[in-house]
Amino acid sequence: MKTLSILFALIILFLPSGAFAVVQAFDTPNDGGLSITIQWDTAAYSNSSGEYYEAQIARRAASESGWQDIAVAPASAGEYIDNTVEDYTDYVYRLVFTDKVSGSLIYDTEPVHSSPQYFNTRRTNVLIGIVVCLGVLIFFIYRGKKGKEMYVRPIAGLLAIEEAVGRATELGKPILYSAGRGGMQRVATIASMNILNTVAKKTAEYNIPLIFPNNDPVVAALAQEVVKESYSEVGHPDRYVEDDIFYLTDSQFGYAAAVDGIMVRRQPATNLFMGTFEAESLILAETGNSIGAIQIAGTDSTIQLSFFIVACDYVLIGEEYFAASGYLSKDPMVLSSLKGQDLLKVAIGIILAIGVLLATAGYTGFLELFNIG
Amino acid sequence: MHRKLPMYICFLFGAFMLVQFFIPHRTSTAIYETILDWVQIIYAFSLLVGVALLIKHHAIIATRPSAKDRPYSGIVLGGIIGMFIFGIFFGRGEDTAFLWVFKYVQAPMQATMFSLLSFFVASAAFRGFRARNTQAVFLLVAALIVMLGRVPVGDMISGFIPKAADWLLNVPSMAARRGIYIGIALGTISTSLRVILGIERTYLGGSRG
Repeated sequence: MKTLSILFALIILFLPSGAFAVVQAFDTPNDGGLSITIQWDTAAYSNSSGEYYEAQIARRAASESGWQDIAVAPASAGEYIDNTVEDYTDYVYRLVFTDKVSGSLIYDTEPVHSSPQYFNTRRTNVLIGIVVCLGVLIFFIYRGKKGKEMYVRPIAGLLAIEEAVGRATELGKPILYSAGRGGMQRVATIASMNILNTVAKKTAEYNIPLIFPNNDPVVAALAQEVVKESYSEVGHPDRYVEDDIFYLTDSQFGYAAAVDGIMVRRQPATNLFMGTFEAESLILAETGNSIGAIQIAGTDSTIQLSFFIVACDYVLIGEEYFAASGYLSKDPMVLSSLKGQDLLKVAIGIILAIGVLLATAGYTGFLELFNIG
Repeated sequence: MHRKLPMYICFLFGAFMLVQFFIPHRTSTAIYETILDWVQIIYAFSLLVGVALLIKHHAIIATRPSAKDRPYSGIVLGGIIGMFIFGIFFGRGEDTAFLWVFKYVQAPMQATMFSLLSFFVASAAFRGFRARNTQAVFLLVAALIVMLGRVPVGDMISGFIPKAADWLLNVPSMAARRGIYIGIALGTISTSLRVILGIERTYLGGSRG
């Protein structure tokens, strides 16, 4: 062992000193700790024939003397991440680059320790984006709270809700509401509950049955509460039928089959599809179309939008769906936030235009600002 | 207080989920994973609520003499009770009645519903692609190119068709989709903020205000 050490020391003495500067060990950045990264320059550790050395990696705690072999990596990898360390303990790494032709090169790193980080610096751009978005939205919500009136362009799909409820009243038929397959954790489902709130008030006023088959038990329970509360708010708690808002199944096509069956049997005058939909969207919308119901859809599922567009009378596209809540309730604070969204859209449009121009001119540094780690 | 407490909880968890995205520290990750576990646990319990709601709903219909849907509710209740008995008393492994019903009743029914989609796509496409005006003509031509470009016969007619199909999907269609994505993203941020700040309270079971 002693002979080997002397041999290694001699090899190190006769190595070009520049080669050592390209090996480094450091605390892995932006992680939760327990990790040290060892990097080396692959070009510096190739031999004359162009073949890379094999890198044998050993480790010892700075306070101890015995080396512990931890890995053998191809030198061409250029990096090894040691995930077996303890935080705040100093470690020294020894890399032995071996090759059949040229012998071995040994390098010991400076002591290094790992620690958990409190901020992921690679996500700074996301933080800036969120702060800007929240700042603009909060500013506009504050303006709305102060009573500043906002104009929102007419949205055909939302104007049609009134018409659809009126038609159902004339025909004496129910309205069918579906929130799709999204759970309560999805923002689209929360937005759907906001729309349901307004729709339920109208059905309560006109005394039309509101059927709401659900795909998720939590959404079903919540929808019952929302509708019940809406009926009470307009002074018709007696018209609320708990049995019309129910849980069906969490099976995708089981749900589609059951809702189709309800449509065919109960012949609703209006179908409202508001929420997250998957492949069942067209099955539902086409069945609704076949029974001659007025259909209004709104979803955050972009792929399903095309199906709804061909099968429904009105479709809320993109942000229109999320704007529905404010539009229907006329709540100034919600309407104001829509104004904030518009301003942000303009800002994003300008950034996109700058990015396109710079990328076309061959400068891609601007695009890299938007990389997320 | 019965309304404010859920709002405070919502604010606390909403703000935490936002902030933890930027904190790689183990404690933050551990709390995040614990919350996700809670969500799973809550969902498991909610399924019980769902089953209770389902049984109650169909029991009411099945026992109502005037209800036209009685037979369907009877089948649902029979299915629930049958699968419960099969699963609890006869096991759920290979060669059990439970798995047999799943494989040879439920799975084919689901596959049937899924396969209906192709017919619905055909009827929807027929309606959607009718050349009623200039825009619809553009849509029809684009759809023809994309459909031909996706099948070997398109390439046999002309090598240009698959390239044109790819261009249509990757350039104009993608641009439109990204525009919609931006709108949805902003709408999602805005709605989330309103929920976290307690402006939107419908999820608590009532309207805002």
